[in-house]
Amino acid sequence: MSFQEKQLPADASFGDKALNWIDARFPLSSTWKAHLSEYYAPKNFNFLYVFGSLALLVLVIQIVTGIFLVMHYKPDANLAFASVEYIMRDVPWGWLVRYMHSTGASAFFIVVYIHMLRGLLYGSYRKPRELVWLFGVGIFLCLMAEAFFGYLLPWGQMSYWGAQVIVNLFGAIPFIGPDLSLWIRGDYVVSDATLNRFFAFHVIAIPLVLIGLVIAHIVALHEVGSSNPDGVEIKDTVTESGIPLDGIAFHPYYSVHDIFIVTIFLLIFSAVVFFAPEMGGYFLEYNNFIPANPLKTPPHIAPVWYFTPFYSILRATTSDFVYWLQAGVAAYVALIILRTRLASKCKIAAAVIGLLIIVGMFIFDAKFWGVVLMGVSVMIMFGLPWLDTSPVKSIRYRPGWHKYIYIVFGIAFIVLGYLGVQPPTPVGTAIAQVCTFLYFGFFLLMPWWSATGTFKPVPARVVYHPH
Amino acid sequence: MRLLKKLIAAAVLLPGLALASEGGYPLDQAPDYTKDMVALQDGARLFVNYCLSCHSASSMRYNRLRDIGLTEQQIKDNLLFTSDKVGGMMTVAMSGKDAKAWFGAEPPDLSVIARAKASSAGSGPDYLYTYLRTFYKDDTRPTGWNNLVFPNVGMPHVLWELQGIRTAKFEDVKDPHEEGKTEHKFVGFQQVTPGTLTPVQYDKAVADLVSYMTWMAEPVQTTRKRIGVWVLLFLGVCVVLTWRLNASYWKDVR
Repeated sequence: MSFQEKQLPADASFGDKALNWIDARFPLSSTWKAHLSEYYAPKNFNFLYVFGSLALLVLVIQIVTGIFLVMHYKPDANLAFASVEYIMRDVPWGWLVRYMHSTGASAFFIVVYIHMLRGLLYGSYRKPRELVWLFGVGIFLCLMAEAFFGYLLPWGQMSYWGAQVIVNLFGAIPFIGPDLSLWIRGDYVVSDATLNRFFAFHVIAIPLVLIGLVIAHIVALHEVGSSNPDGVEIKDTVTESGIPLDGIAFHPYYSVHDIFIVTIFLLIFSAVVFFAPEMGGYFLEYNNFIPANPLKTPPHIAPVWYFTPFYSILRATTSDFVYWLQAGVAAYVALIILRTRLASKCKIAAAVIGLLIIVGMFIFDAKFWGVVLMGVSVMIMFGLPWLDTSPVKSIRYRPGWHKYIYIVFGIAFIVLGYLGVQPPTPVGTAIAQVCTFLYFGFFLLMPWWSATGTFKPVPARVVYHPH
Repeated sequence: MRLLKKLIAAAVLLPGLALASEGGYPLDQAPDYTKDMVALQDGARLFVNYCLSCHSASSMRYNRLRDIGLTEQQIKDNLLFTSDKVGGMMTVAMSGKDAKAWFGAEPPDLSVIARAKASSAGSGPDYLYTYLRTFYKDDTRPTGWNNLVFPNVGMPHVLWELQGIRTAKFEDVKDPHEEGKTEHKFVGFQQVTPGTLTPVQYDKAVADLVSYMTWMAEPVQTTRKRIGVWVLLFLGVCVVLTWRLNASYWKDVR
């Protein structure tokens, strides 16, 4: 087909002509329509649905401030710490850019955790949105990597020893571990070589993957359409022209809505940036104002708050706890064999894998299984769309007692996070072990509990009260 | 109900309990003079005269002292000891190697020390304020000085002429938590020779010095908060506008 350009009347305005010229060469109007002005979103969103937009805003803040920081930061073990102070003192508005970036890191996790919680509550990961969820978990993994690599860059004591501890975790992997951690560091200890490669990952590699995944996340979402707090598919009830009856155009309705929430978010964000940038040692750790010293280990090394739930699971895995884990694995395999209708091949496979894990727990030390557990605690989120077998999506129409399961899970997650900040104590470890069981129980037993109970009827149309 | 009352009482009282530093000595609350130009200038004078001989503040430029009300000429005439350029950094002539040989450890750079020393025991300024006021004569130490907040510290009491020489009295008391063990407990200072300052004047001088170090750890802090007020006011207005904008669109959605 030959190139065709729509003919506009001769008296058309310059703007119309320019747009027509572009549209013939690039899908500008159609993209605008498909993703904004004619993207129909359910009208019954509550405030929890704004955190996706906020996450995008924080991503932009991090990229823009990051670019300006890179202009003055020196990825060199001898210069890095001083270059951050140079940014804080001598670069015009450098302090603002730096505080926005450091506060943005924590804000990113706050926003993303709430975004994920919303997905959990309203079943946003259920069919047909599995890929939206999978891309989302991928984004979360990238975010963790980005935060980890970035945290080394200020080259303070906590940067240095945090990286040392985490890289050493890879050393717990049987056979290849020590060589693997050596390969990651590029040296026998965290050093200039490590700083340089972490810098490369932080400013180039991970952001590229992150942006790609964010685009995939949004494209997949707009392909299937947004879910909503009722878990009703709005595309099931459409007008003659195919527009969902309960849908409203994203632009202008949700764009003005998001702008409103964005100003509230910026108000809170600015309050932290301008009045409490250290946030009591949680956003900027006090120890990190001491330059990295490879010869002086701080008495208490704690990761930044957003990693602590997973770090707690790692620390909870003591050699005594491994017996409990073995019992847990055995019980879970028994549950699969006795209480599922899986093919016998699958059951045999589950039994073999379970047996291998139990035997493996006798052979390899607890540190390795702690690392495995920490990894699985994040990776298990990939399985959510297939673990949830409830006939309804939203918590609104689930049995009342399901709410308590979510509350217990939420408390376990927060308690794990709190304990991860504290120095380990015997009581703390015992509580973390109970919470570890609750955390994994929530996901692994989901195929059973999520389908149990009396479900409320889901309405055909969304519930909406005009405001 | 009684349990609840007790819990509430405990929750109210807990923050009031003095938390101990790593040396086991509770930290005093440092007075905040970071907005008092006279105090900051006095602190800068003490800092340059007493601290900069061994410690550096290598992120701090001399001419940044203009922010606390000094002119470049005043800085050049009175404070410029370790550099010949007023735009130079507060570096130190002593080499790290010598320092290690003399004091057992390299004196840390003090640029951001007031931020680094914060802990659950108190803020960074609290730590410095208590630390600089709890030196005592101890002949078992190589320098002849010891400290309550930082036991067996390598640093001698540089401000001793101002405070005078003091010794610390300790008593061996029974450990209430462990049977048969005794605790070496600090009970008070004893002034041996008077200093050039009275105790009250000395506390004020240390407070000035600590306020200066707090300011130096983040010279922009006052500006930051001043700008922050305007940013929040601006955003507050924006919230009202965007709230009404949103409402005007959404009134059509039924």
